[in-house]
Amino acid sequence: MDENQEKSKPTIDDKLFKVKYVPDEESHLKADNKICLLCTSKVCTYICPAHVYEWDEENKKLLIGHENCLECGACRIVCPSKNIDWEYPKGIKGVTFKNG
Amino acid sequence: MKNKTDVIVVGGGPAGISAAVTIARAGKSVILIERGNFSGSKNMFGGAIYVQPTKEIFPNFEQSAPIERKTVIHKYLMLTKDDAVGISYFDKKSEVNSYSVIRAKFDRWMAQEAQKEGVVLVTETVVKDLLIEENKVVGVITELEEYYSDIVILADGVNSLLAKKLGLRKEIKPKDVALGVKEVIKLSKEKIEERFNLEDGEGSIYEIFGEPMLGMLGLGYVYTNKESVSIGLGVGLDELAKRNLKPYELLDQLKSHPRLEPLLKDGELVEYSAHLIPEGGFNKIPKLFSDGVMIAGDGAMLVNNLHWEGTNLAMISGKLAGETAIEALTKGDFSANMLALYQKKLENSFILKDLKSYKNLMNIIHDRAESFLGYYPEKIASFFKMFTTVDSIPKRDKYRSFIKSIFTDRSISELFKDFVNIVKLMLGVLK
Repeated sequence: MDENQEKSKPTIDDKLFKVKYVPDEESHLKADNKICLLCTSKVCTYICPAHVYEWDEENKKLLIGHENCLECGACRIVCPSKNIDWEYPKGIKGVTFKNG
Repeated sequence: MKNKTDVIVVGGGPAGISAAVTIARAGKSVILIERGNFSGSKNMFGGAIYVQPTKEIFPNFEQSAPIERKTVIHKYLMLTKDDAVGISYFDKKSEVNSYSVIRAKFDRWMAQEAQKEGVVLVTETVVKDLLIEENKVVGVITELEEYYSDIVILADGVNSLLAKKLGLRKEIKPKDVALGVKEVIKLSKEKIEERFNLEDGEGSIYEIFGEPMLGMLGLGYVYTNKESVSIGLGVGLDELAKRNLKPYELLDQLKSHPRLEPLLKDGELVEYSAHLIPEGGFNKIPKLFSDGVMIAGDGAMLVNNLHWEGTNLAMISGKLAGETAIEALTKGDFSANMLALYQKKLENSFILKDLKSYKNLMNIIHDRAESFLGYYPEKIASFFKMFTTVDSIPKRDKYRSFIKSIFTDRSISELFKDFVNIVKLMLGVLK
């Protein structure tokens, strides 16, 4: 479906570009890849509103772009194996909504 | 003992601020800990705040709070793929009931007001854990240090990791939360007032059923701000998971619906945001207190989703937790026995009364989403299509085939189940 998007429509990257972040080098999101390997749904890869998670099929690895995280917590709740170690970013880090 | 205060409130949103300012007004010492840069910086909602409950916390807020527009139009829109049915409630004369606000401005203002009244606000600080001695909560552990207090009030939001750690609630299930995504679109004041049929300072709220979430447990909304429009949706996390949907793609579909697209035309995206909404209802409310601790707001699942109420339940539950803390401090008793007063206060207020009234709602909606949020909206739209179409077919034939379609498109047993559930819901509210 992504490919058919009209040019005028902002992509998720365009949307995230508008969000103010103070990124942390250390990820506040962690997943045990051994468990991800067995996961059939990979639900985090589509449910996350910031598209933080992507499955790298070649390297069989869950890629986590934690710096785009909107800190909603959906992935933590929805992961069928409860495999996402989800913490709030450090106090000075993460997202700042100016129009929430 | 170092770093000791009467009360620590975790979370500087509406619940936490209301609790803290209530306590400070009684002359007790209170520290309010917020993980963001400032209050509101991690918060998102539709949204509008309600006047009466806000006045219970800040009686004169309308004079200085950053409000966007006063609501004069509530529009209920039912969308199918190509058409829309709308009902609009318009009232300019009565006292204003709600204002659209932007949380980064409004929550921040509330926190500043609370500071003026003696609340010590600590920002950019994450509470990692609670200090527990002899099974009693006696303070908090932040990234840097430990703070002790007689009482801790948890107002740490929908994810409330601390309530989970304490064992006050179980792990949240996907069906008990909705994922909200929102875009704020910049538009000139003139364009907003023209497109939404408003005068200076007036605002409009659209509550949207149907597409692109037809048959799903999900709703959309549009709110007007001073110089921007907020458009978003909330959809059950279980629905997204079940149907492999990306929330931002649903929002794109909503924005491009022919009924809504012209409202946003030529607008510029200012911000995109996401947040969870606790929607478990009465049956999923956690244990609300324990020795030395109470829990308020979203963290306590206090949301009345049918009426789009959340911040008001947060404010009033925070206030009631604050009042309970004051009594506990006066008596020097911080036991669960004493703090049970908080539960009683909630039970005597609209908060638990309302949530109890709707305690069957979520089960019914989960069970019947496909009919109440799919089949019937489509039928209503098709009725209007039939009613407005002029095509030289005798009306009598058209009515007959419409009525027939109600009973052929859906089995009698399903129709009966829908009816039974509506009655069940109404009895639950009225009894």
